[in-house]
Amino acid sequence: MNARFHRAAMTAVLLAAGAAQAEPSSGLLLAQPCAGCHGQDGAGQGATPAIAGLDREAFLEAWAAFRADARPATVMNRITKGYTEEEAALLADHFASLQ
Amino acid sequence: MTHLTRRRFGALAGASALALSSPALLRAQTAGRLVVIGGGFGGASAARFARIHYPDVSVTLVEPWDRFITCPYGNLILGGMKTLADITHSYDGLRARGVEVIHDRATAIDPESHRVRLEGGTELDYDKLILSPGIALRWGAIEGYDEAAAGIFPHAWMGGDGSQITLLRQQIEALPEGGVVGLAIPANPFRCPPGPYERISMIAHYLKQANPTAKILAFDAKEGFSKQGLFQDAWAELYGDMIEWVPSNQDGRIVRVDPANRLFVSEFGTEHRVDVGNVIPPQYAAAIARDSGLADESGWVPVDPRSFAARMAPDIHVIGDASLASPLPKSGFMANSTAKIAVAAALAELTGSAPPADPVYFNTCYSHAGEDYAFSVVGIFRPAEDGFAETPDSGGTSPRGPLAEMAETRALEAEYADAWYASITQDMFS
Repeated sequence: MNARFHRAAMTAVLLAAGAAQAEPSSGLLLAQPCAGCHGQDGAGQGATPAIAGLDREAFLEAWAAFRADARPATVMNRITKGYTEEEAALLADHFASLQ
Repeated sequence: MTHLTRRRFGALAGASALALSSPALLRAQTAGRLVVIGGGFGGASAARFARIHYPDVSVTLVEPWDRFITCPYGNLILGGMKTLADITHSYDGLRARGVEVIHDRATAIDPESHRVRLEGGTELDYDKLILSPGIALRWGAIEGYDEAAAGIFPHAWMGGDGSQITLLRQQIEALPEGGVVGLAIPANPFRCPPGPYERISMIAHYLKQANPTAKILAFDAKEGFSKQGLFQDAWAELYGDMIEWVPSNQDGRIVRVDPANRLFVSEFGTEHRVDVGNVIPPQYAAAIARDSGLADESGWVPVDPRSFAARMAPDIHVIGDASLASPLPKSGFMANSTAKIAVAAALAELTGSAPPADPVYFNTCYSHAGEDYAFSVVGIFRPAEDGFAETPDSGGTSPRGPLAEMAETRALEAEYADAWYASITQDMFS
């Protein structure tokens, strides 16, 4: 009861404020783990290459090659097989949009 | 209506009126209060992600220690490849981003009134709570293994103040020539499934140079372990017969220790004398999670696979090692990955919108087995009907093969492991 009342109060605040909160896109959420190795926003880290600003087509071409075991890899061949084509496209769009 | 609620409603109504008159005040973080308990891989990642992507939400991080010593790469201290300073991180970066960092211990959560009590007496109200408290050791689960015993047989399985990993390193340095290092390794589930085996490797790496006739006896409460083939290949290739792994079906389960006499005692009563004993005991969720009634009989916290909301308290999202989320491994990367989905889900709910659609949880764990010699396991997980499932035909471990053929791959993975450590700690603390 208290929690519900409180939530209603919160919603009132947000509505009053015009709900300015921009939620992270699915592409941004999907891309989060990439920062675990490729540096912040895909900027590259040590031996791990930068992927920020990579052309969309180049990203997808590399992705497909990893996925088909047609490009030398350590982990990317195993990683790419865990995502759908739609998800790969979201990732490509996301990293293409970063500088 | 309680006094508390009335008071809070008053404060919120005030904020609402201000927000109407001045949109700039939105940046005053009036949209809600996110409290994060635990400043490790889950909690620090959650606080930072929330601060960056939800500027209107206030973020408070509660963590007892004023700096964070990672468990990952702790084994490299034993191998002589890293120092404690290399794996110690400051919370100043999070503070600079606007996270309120409170160094205190959360002692109680009241899910009804949405309030957290801290040891120092402070009480924090939250709209959403991210709980990432990590593990506690089950003292006494191995007879004779209590906090005092850990001063003789270190566990070195929690970062804390760094004293445990430092003690283990000192003991290994002081090992008599040809002495025995014993490890007691728990059954699943436990923090960092490949961790004990990386530890064995790193101890061997050090001893190979400093004390080449020493032995490592690894007693295991399991019959198999993470990346087993890769580790055993590495041990044979790099360390000859220095390492003996004793699985549970060969009486490897240690049920009692006697630190004063430096004894490990097995399930069937065999006594093993060790010069150095590293006891990694069975574990469960940290006390705050169990004391708040969030854990089930296993001692871990069942969670919703789309939001990490605790089954017992939906406004509390429990991430990291404390959660019961098999087959997701209890790893730092997993905690980091789930942290962001949990924040997005929690804060979407706060704003009345839909939680993230089709979340994907991602893990890669690197293990170092020697100099320029590492390998990995990759896992991509998704919500399933009643829990989590690994995505079929994906992930898995690095390929096995003779060192002559694999040397380049192992060396590359060692470099990528270092890049992982640098990247993930930036994603937590920068």
